[in-house]
Amino acid sequence: MFTSFKRIIKWGLTNFWRNGWLSTATVSIMTLTLLVITVLLMLNVVANVVLANLQNKIDISVYFKLETHEEEILQVKSQLERLEEVKDVSYVSQNEALIRFKEKHQDNPVLLQSLEELEFNPLEASLNIKARQANQYASINQFLESVYYKDLIDKVNYMQNKDIIEKLNKIVVDVKTGGLGLSALLALIVFLVTFNSIRLAIYSSREEINVMKLVGASKWFIRGPFFVEGVLYGLVATIVTILILYPLFYFLSPKISGFLPIGDVFSYFKVNLLSFFLLLLGIGVILGGFSTMIAVRKYLKE
Amino acid sequence: MIEFKNVSKYYPGDCAAIKDVTFSIRPKEFVSIVGRSGAGKTTLLRLLLKEEPPSEGEILVDGRNVKNIKSKELPLYRRKIGTIFQDFKLLPNKTAYENIAFAMEAAGRAEEDISEDVPQILSLVELVDKADNFPCQLSGGEKQRVAIGRALIHKPDILMADEPSGNLDPLHTWDIIRLLCRINELGTTVILATHDREIINALSKRVISLDRGRVIRDEENGRYIV
Ligand SMILES: Nc1ncnc2c1ncn2[C@@H]1O[C@H](COP(=O)(O)OP(=O)(O)OP(=O)(O)O)[C@@H](O)[C@H]1O
Ligand SMILES: [Mg+2]
Repeated sequence: MFTSFKRIIKWGLTNFWRNGWLSTATVSIMTLTLLVITVLLMLNVVANVVLANLQNKIDISVYFKLETHEEEILQVKSQLERLEEVKDVSYVSQNEALIRFKEKHQDNPVLLQSLEELEFNPLEASLNIKARQANQYASINQFLESVYYKDLIDKVNYMQNKDIIEKLNKIVVDVKTGGLGLSALLALIVFLVTFNSIRLAIYSSREEINVMKLVGASKWFIRGPFFVEGVLYGLVATIVTILILYPLFYFLSPKISGFLPIGDVFSYFKVNLLSFFLLLLGIGVILGGFSTMIAVRKYLKE
Repeated sequence: MIEFKNVSKYYPGDCAAIKDVTFSIRPKEFVSIVGRSGAGKTTLLRLLLKEEPPSEGEILVDGRNVKNIKSKELPLYRRKIGTIFQDFKLLPNKTAYENIAFAMEAAGRAEEDISEDVPQILSLVELVDKADNFPCQLSGGEKQRVAIGRALIHKPDILMADEPSGNLDPLHTWDIIRLLCRINELGTTVILATHDREIINALSKRVISLDRGRVIRDEENGRYIV
């Protein structure tokens, strides 16, 4: 049993080496597959970060009438915080609003002058609300419009931002579903291409399989070396893929970091190198082993 | 030991390669099957090896219907039959040595047995210096001798030789025929398919003559008459 196992491994390695050209071709195709998979993964990561950043940038503000007491505003705040949709509420008092206003317009002495001349602070206190999801602003707005708060609130800027928020909302949904669908489709295509090239490689061995059968080799003794070869395709392709990606990200990273909110692509890759390797190895080995098994089965049948 | 009972084999297109063939071969017998090209010699051997099923009739080996051999037992059955294929059927990616060793490896034989037996067989077929050549680096006759070596390595109960001298010069041909006779004397049933008149006439053993798939003659001490 153990001897047979050893022989199967030996023949798998020998065949991989002797079918040099065929192995190179198959490994190349599988490498391309793994590269495509990696790029898809990276794109998904980047897209998610971009979307999260965008979502973080939008909020709605509630402005309270000047005569509203601070306790009342804080009460509204704590009520809002209890809502499930609300991720974060921050309170900007009248004073703070004034400080911010002055900072923002410090180059505009006329404006500041006229502000000084007023005997009261004309800026309203406000609450800044961030929702967990872009599509939840509508319901938060509804909550604010309910009768109870109507008297305190001067205005909610939801209506002004409504279009942007809804557009963004649509983009988030589109990118997520579209990206997922496209990734799945591309992944399926590259899988099929690899599967087919392995089947072709084995098709060229069908006469050999027949001869082995005729000289009395059992099915698994015939199948084994092919399986080893298939797994080897996956292993070598994974190593080649990593060897291509490592310098690629190293040189490309400084150039693309500016566009991306993800920071340093290379260090992200480096930190996750082991998981990348294991993931690609898993995909490669399963794809290689599985494809050879299916292909050989066809020629093993009597 | 081997019995063909009204065996016929039709290939697609109504071509009867074998038609209503009945004969039996006793253990340790040496039988030649002769006939013109296309007479059905190779087909007969293929049916015996269960490479293909007969269309009609039954084939019994050691009292067992070949039809009933399960696919799990088939490798074991085939290891008992050494076959020298007319078209050699060598493994193109393996050297002469490995081609012969493979048959032993597939049978699960120990590594020591293999490294002892294979060189012996190689010297028997005079291929020691070509042991590391791949089939594409061997001449027709050398390939044939590898095929012979592989068929013998199992010390099979039955040896089927399909034109084993097809590519050999007269000297080697007689070596091979003498080898077959010796193996037969040591207790192996030998079935030799050939259309080499000289060999048949010199052997003076049992001859089954085929013509267009039918047995037309079956005689002890037969001669080649077609
Ligand atoms: N796979 C096949 N499909 C269709 N016809 C076949 C097939 N194999 C053999 N035949 C036909 O069966 C007949 C017998 O073929 P077979 O190979 O048994 O002849 P043979 O006696 O071995 O001839 P040779 O001496 O040339 O080797 C031939 O007419 C051949 O054309
Ligand atoms: Mg023939």
